Amino acid sequence: MSTPAAIAGPAARARLDRSRVGPGLVLLVPSVVYLLVMFVYPFAYGVVLSLRPGPGAGGGLSLANYLAFLTDPWQARTIWVTASIAVPNTLLTVGLALVVAYAMRRGIWLERTITTVLILPIALGTVLVAEGINGFYGPKGWPNQLLVAAGLGDPLRLTHNYTGVMIALFVQHFPFCFLMLLGYISGIDPALEHAARILGAGPWAVFRRVMWPLIAPGAAIAFALVFVMNFGVFPSAVLVGQPAGATRTIAIAAYQQAFEHYDMSMASAVAVIMGACQLVGLAVVLLLRGRLRATGVATLGAGKR
Amino acid sequence: MIQSLRFRLTKRFGPKTVLDDFALEVRGREFVTFLGPSGCGKSTALNLLAGLLPPTAGEIWLDEARIDGLPPERRGFGMVFQNYALFPHLTVFQNIAFGLELRGRPRGEIVERVRRMLELVQLPGFEARYPSQLSGGQQQRVAIARALVIGPRLVLLDEPLSNLDAKLRLEMRAEIKRLHADLGLTAIYVTHDQIEALSLSDRVVVMKDGRVMQAGTPAEIHDRPANLFVADFMGYRNFFPLTVTGRGADGTVLGRAGTLQLAGRTAAPLAPGAAGIAAVRPEDVLLTEDAPGVNVLSGRVRLIEYLGREHDLEVELPSGQSVKARVGRPVAVGSPVALRLPAERVVVLPPEDGLGATP
Repeated sequence: MSTPAAIAGPAARARLDRSRVGPGLVLLVPSVVYLLVMFVYPFAYGVVLSLRPGPGAGGGLSLANYLAFLTDPWQARTIWVTASIAVPNTLLTVGLALVVAYAMRRGIWLERTITTVLILPIALGTVLVAEGINGFYGPKGWPNQLLVAAGLGDPLRLTHNYTGVMIALFVQHFPFCFLMLLGYISGIDPALEHAARILGAGPWAVFRRVMWPLIAPGAAIAFALVFVMNFGVFPSAVLVGQPAGATRTIAIAAYQQAFEHYDMSMASAVAVIMGACQLVGLAVVLLLRGRLRATGVATLGAGKR
Repeated sequence: MIQSLRFRLTKRFGPKTVLDDFALEVRGREFVTFLGPSGCGKSTALNLLAGLLPPTAGEIWLDEARIDGLPPERRGFGMVFQNYALFPHLTVFQNIAFGLELRGRPRGEIVERVRRMLELVQLPGFEARYPSQLSGGQQQRVAIARALVIGPRLVLLDEPLSNLDAKLRLEMRAEIKRLHADLGLTAIYVTHDQIEALSLSDRVVVMKDGRVMQAGTPAEIHDRPANLFVADFMGYRNFFPLTVTGRGADGTVLGRAGTLQLAGRTAAPLAPGAAGIAAVRPEDVLLTEDAPGVNVLSGRVRLIEYLGREHDLEVELPSGQSVKARVGRPVAVGSPVALRLPAERVVVLPPEDGLGATP
C-alpha cells in the first residue's frame, strides 16, 4: 500500500486514503450496530445493573453487591471452588491432549475412527454426557460393578462430587482441545523434525528444542480457551456434581441469585466477578507466553514459517 | 573421511514397490547423483539412507559397519532439504550451532566453527537474523552450512535447488560444486534436472520405477545412453525404429528405417536382422548441402522457433515423420532442407516397449 502512495505524492495519497476508507467504513456499519446491540449494550447494562444494588436503594451507583459477595465466606468460597476445578482440569486436559495429539501428528492407524469417537462428546451436548457419566460411573455402572464383582472392595463414589465434575469437564473439553492441538501440531513441517533428527537430536531433544517452541503458542491459546470454559462450568457442576457443597461453582452462585433470590443486580455482580477471574487467568497465560517469547522460544507460531 | 558406502535397498509401500533392490557403492569424496522423474524412488532412497524411513529389505554399510539399524541421529550424516527446513524459531547462528550443541562441543569452538561456516557459504555477519528475514538463496546457504558444520560423514541433498529461481539456481550450483571440492565431501544428490546432474556429479544414477536404468559418469550418460528411457531423459528427441543391416567391428552399426539408411554407434549386441532404435539429439543434427544418402535426410521445414542464439526446426520427412534440429541460422518455413545426422552422434538402442519412441 505504501509504495504507490509514496510515488504519487501527498495529495494523491490523501485521495487514495479517502477512496479506500470511505466505503470500508460504510460497510462496517451493520456489524458495528450488531455488536453494539447484541453484545456491548447487554454487557454494559449488566455492569451498571450490578452497581445498583437492591430494588429500593434509589438510583445511586454502589459497590455494595461486590462487597457483600466477597465478604460472605459462603459466596466468596465459590471463587476458590471454581478455580480448584478449572485450573487442575485445564492442566490435565491440555497436557493429555498435547501428548495424544503429538503422538498422532503423522497420522496413525484408524485415525478417522478415533477422531470421530473423540468428537462425539462435543456433538452430544453437555446434558447427555452428564447423564451418561452418572450412569456409567455411578454405583450401578460397569466400573463399580466390576470392582465389587472382583471383590476388590466397596463401590467408589465417582459421581455427584468433585471427581464427577472433573470427569465430565474432561470428557467435554478434551476432544475440543485435542482437535485444536492436532491441527496445530500436524501443521508443522515434518522436514523440521527430520532435520533435527539428522543433526543428532533424539526424540526428546526434537520435542524440547524444535517442536515444543513451535507448539507453545498454540498450547497457550488452547489452555486459555479451556480455562475459560472450565471456569464457567454450570450444567456439569449441577448434574454430576454436588451443587450445594463441594462443586458449588461461581456460576451456580450467580444462577441462585438470579433465579432463586430474583436479585438480578447481585447476579450481575457475581457474573462480573466471574468474568474478572477468567480475565486474570487469560492474563497469566499471555504473560507466560510473553516470557517464552522473551527467552527466544516461541518467536513464531507454526503457521508463520 | 569414509572409504565407501554400500547399500542394497528395497522399499514397498503397501503393494507398491518404490525401490526394487536398488544397489550401489559410493566411494569416499565421490559426488553421486540420483536422477529421475518424480516418483522414480530417488527421494525415498535418500530417506532410507538418512534413516528417516525403514527399508522393507536390504542393508546399508558404511565402511565396515552396518548402519541400517541406527536411528538418523546416530548416523552422523548431513542433509539439505528442498524447502530448507530451517528452524523458524532459531536465529541463523542457533540453526547452524544446533548439531554442534547436541554433540556437546564447547561454546568457544561452536562460535568459531559457525563463524567459519558462515564465511564459507558467504553469509558473514548474518548470525542474529531469523530464517524469515532471509531470501530463498540465503536460507539454502544457511541450510547447507547447518548440514556441513558438524563435519558429516556423508552429505545428502534432496533437490536443494528446485525452490530457487533460475539465476540463483546457477549460482548455488556452482557454490555446491565449490564446497564439495574444497571440503572433500562425500555427497549424494537427488534431482530431476539433468543439467544439475551432469554439471555436479562424478557419477550419475538414472532411475525409473525404483530401479537403476543406467549408472555412469556424466559423459557416459550423456553420450552413450544405455536405453530409450535414459536417452529420452537426457534430451534425445529424434527416434528412428530400424532394422540392423550390418555392423562394424568398432561398435558401429548400419540400419534401414523405411527408406532411410542410418549409421550409428551401439553398445548393445544387435545382430543383422535385429530391430533397434536410432536416437539423436536436436543439437547434433546439422544442416547440409549433401545429397540424400547414409545419415542424410531431406525434408521440408514445418516450424521454426527463435531461441536467441539458435533456432529450433521441425522438419517433416517424406515419410511423414518429423525431425527436430537446433541450428545456427534461420530457415524459411516451407523450404526444403537436407539434414545430416553425424554417425558418431547417433546412438542405436535395443527396442523397448512404450518408451519415448516416436513411431
